[in-house]
Amino acid sequence: MKNVKTLNKTNSAKRAVAAGCGECQASCQSACKTSCTVANQKCLRLTKKSENK
Amino acid sequence: MTTCVHTFKCCGQRIALDVPSGAVHVLSELAFEMLQRIAPPLAPECPASLRYELAKYDSTSVSEAYQELYSLYKDGLLFSEDVEYEMPPSGVVKSMCLHVSHDCNMRCKYCFADAGEYSRGRKLMSLETGKKALDFLFEKSGKIHNLEVDMFGGEPLLNFDVVRELVAYGRQRERELGKKIAFTITTNGALLDDEAIDFINSEFSNVVLSIDGRREVNDRMRTFVDGSGTYDTILPKFKKLVERRGDRDWYVRGTFTRENLDFAADVIALADEGFDQISIEPVVLDESDPLAIRREDLPRIFKEYDRLAREMIRRYRQGRPFNFFHFMIDLDEGPCVYKRCKGCGSGNEYVAVTPDGDIFPCHQFVEFMPMKMGNVHDGSFDTEMQRKFAGQSILTIPECRECWAKYYCGGGCAANNYKYKGAVETPYEINCELERKRVECALAIKAATAEYDEQDA
Repeated sequence: MKNVKTLNKTNSAKRAVAAGCGECQASCQSACKTSCTVANQKCLRLTKKSENK
Repeated sequence: MTTCVHTFKCCGQRIALDVPSGAVHVLSELAFEMLQRIAPPLAPECPASLRYELAKYDSTSVSEAYQELYSLYKDGLLFSEDVEYEMPPSGVVKSMCLHVSHDCNMRCKYCFADAGEYSRGRKLMSLETGKKALDFLFEKSGKIHNLEVDMFGGEPLLNFDVVRELVAYGRQRERELGKKIAFTITTNGALLDDEAIDFINSEFSNVVLSIDGRREVNDRMRTFVDGSGTYDTILPKFKKLVERRGDRDWYVRGTFTRENLDFAADVIALADEGFDQISIEPVVLDESDPLAIRREDLPRIFKEYDRLAREMIRRYRQGRPFNFFHFMIDLDEGPCVYKRCKGCGSGNEYVAVTPDGDIFPCHQFVEFMPMKMGNVHDGSFDTEMQRKFAGQSILTIPECRECWAKYYCGGGCAANNYKYKGAVETPYEINCELERKRVECALAIKAATAEYDEQDA
């Protein structure tokens, strides 16, 4: 497309609806400890899938 | 059902974020202007009024741009509808911040932990209390396989023998119970010797190394008990640990205050020292403190985040990238919707345990006795408070529901809300504004680096 470039390779929000397994890291444990964010967290299920490819 | 598209410019990029779907679109100037003028439902054909309003562009280009936006709309990637997610119930604790030391060998001026004491005196955690805390975690973790324990303080290496014993105990129990603990540690580095470095690198899945950036900034804030600077002591130790760490996770992590609002220079100084996993965060202090971030500082901080983002893009293009924790964003394999709605899980999935065995919703609540949830020695645990924390999400906080950054923030920090606003469910708006700015920068970096990769391919 000339006017729009979509950055996502997949529609992650839709794909992730079925998750909620609770196996992922608590976001505050990673490197912050003072200012919570979840954007940089990994889904353990998806990460394992791509590692196994 | 609501829709929400957030359009913004940052680092020379024009971006539209479709909030419900998470789709991120980089736009031409024409498409950017057009998006300010349209709202759902979109008609299949470009409205005449739009051609009139965008008359400075030729009619064919306007039609083409409209068709591109319309096609995204039809595919559910623009003006998509938000969904009401149902949150799983509470009851499982899977992460623990273990305060093995309420003592510290530094006297950092901004320390929220009151030089490690948390306002209740110096104390080290006994092995017995630590074991009971781990037992509590195993017991409360239900069917969850992957658990986390962060060795925290104060300075945890002041209690290194107990740390080692607890890791051994955790390893033994995880084998018996068929679970896995990811141990992490947050250290100021003063006591890092070869033995500690090798132990941390073999047993800990992540290590957070506290340093503030430039020598003069670090040494103004992070001093030993005698007031002398810590930079020259800790820097070589951190470098040695990182050199030996292999591909396991680590971060150098600092704090910025009102005295170094030019904190991008601190991030860059750490990158120039060879560290490529960096986190520098706003200080957490009462607003009356001279070091605290104030509302009037926000424009300056936003400029600093912009400056940092531009430098990261420049270094990416030069083939020497580094990660900045708050600009990391995963558009394809990021967290699930549940995680996006629930955030850090404090008081529900995540708790902190003090040297006395007291349980709090997280490490930042430890100074507030009314927030005590129980004690690992007598087995008490306030499940009503846990239910309250579990029930809170971006779906229950009105300000969060309306915020375009909600699926990246996760609802912010309940402890900061409590500290600054007196209630865990009341967002602390300065944090909200900082988070929104960081997400914009993160998306702009994604756009700029994708553009470079495309040109380079």
